[in-house]
Amino acid sequence: MRVRITPPSILFWSAVLMAGIATGQSGDSSSGRFDKSVYAELAKAPAKAAARHNPLESDPEAVAGGAKLFERHCAECHGAGADGGKKGPSLRVVEVQQSSPGTLFWVLSNGVVRKGMPVWSRLPEPQRWQLISYIKSLGASDKPANK
Amino acid sequence: MPNLRLHSHTESISLRFSRLRRLGRRHFRCPTIVAALLVLTPAIFSARSDAQEGPYFVTYDHYLEEPGSLEVEYFSNFATQRGGNDFAAYWLEFEYGATAWWTAELYLDGQTTFGDSTRFTGFRLENRFRLLKNEHVINPVLYVEYEQIRDADKIMKEIEGHDVEADHAVPNAILGQGHNHELELKLLLSSTHQGWNFAVNPLATKPLTGGESWEFGYAMGVSRPFALKASAQRCSFCRENFLAGVEMYGGLGDRHSFGLHETSHYLAPVIAWNLPSSWTLRLSPGFGLNDSSHQFLLRWGVSREFSGFGSMLASWFGGGR
Repeated sequence: MRVRITPPSILFWSAVLMAGIATGQSGDSSSGRFDKSVYAELAKAPAKAAARHNPLESDPEAVAGGAKLFERHCAECHGAGADGGKKGPSLRVVEVQQSSPGTLFWVLSNGVVRKGMPVWSRLPEPQRWQLISYIKSLGASDKPANK
Repeated sequence: MPNLRLHSHTESISLRFSRLRRLGRRHFRCPTIVAALLVLTPAIFSARSDAQEGPYFVTYDHYLEEPGSLEVEYFSNFATQRGGNDFAAYWLEFEYGATAWWTAELYLDGQTTFGDSTRFTGFRLENRFRLLKNEHVINPVLYVEYEQIRDADKIMKEIEGHDVEADHAVPNAILGQGHNHELELKLLLSSTHQGWNFAVNPLATKPLTGGESWEFGYAMGVSRPFALKASAQRCSFCRENFLAGVEMYGGLGDRHSFGLHETSHYLAPVIAWNLPSSWTLRLSPGFGLNDSSHQFLLRWGVSREFSGFGSMLASWFGGGR
């Protein structure tokens, strides 16, 4: 079968290529450094969401399960130690570590779509809480990962 | 008597599968190439990331590909055919997360009709745009697809208009002569609550040639992981790695004859297995719900996700630092 290369397909793939390049260039991919403004999203969590408690706070296995989930879904962007990676900022800064579990859960569930963080509500609620348990267990890092 | 009928039906399906295996050896050149591509691709893109992939084949939920990630997928659709030869259609899908709110896909379609021939049947370009910034009870995503396919295309990725089983009984030599340029629009509505995902996709298709009218269809699905909480160990067989559900899809006629008259509909249980090695396997037996539908469909698919594709493109074109 002969398939014609049509103007729409050329336009489409040009756009995809440009978007790919733009995506690849977003953030400071080589240094893993992000401006502090990336944490502004934390302040946008509604009060009701921010007040939610982690139902798995006293679950001894929550951190271990969260660590596994983090390695699988988050480490690629935020770095294996959550100190910041190619595409995602550090999660060990005080802005994150001092945020309430409810705030972090809200950001995780809603993503920061306009800034490149996908929505993670595809993970069931208990798994998202496990991730929060793990992130909170890391504590603030002395490593100056962010400006 | 019902037992006898069941036995006869089982025997019939078993015979069809043995035919599939025999004929497959001769005709499945295209899948062999595809399998080779799937094996070789990891060597090209070493970075890996695991998303929790849904189990649907036809229905879409509102979750898009992660930005910069490329998912390579191979799917197959085997169908029984009354008044003609059974067939296996297949498609290779490249799904790329351009941004967190935009996913683009390229499909390459083909089919093997047993006792007839194997054909490449065309391509599709698909875009999905997330419309709202935050999560809501119902999350809308706009789906826009341009397709350039032959009438011989049998992947049945969507059922629309008055698509019926008899359309596929025509020999490939005749079907291969007709081709379609179509614009397809879908509104993907999806909601996730307590682990359950509910998705409804109304669709409208407009042929861009021939002056044909708009055609309509639908797909809907519900699914859930086997376990909501992750186990502490890294494991392939943990319950949270499996998702199951059911989807239903069919046509709704066209602008001049909207409704269920002369349309086909399917009900299909679905299951997915997300392996820690970033592979996902999916399986779905489908059952026709009326006389215009294929009696039995068997879909399966394998996919793997590669992150860092966007960064790789950037470095190729001098954008990397």
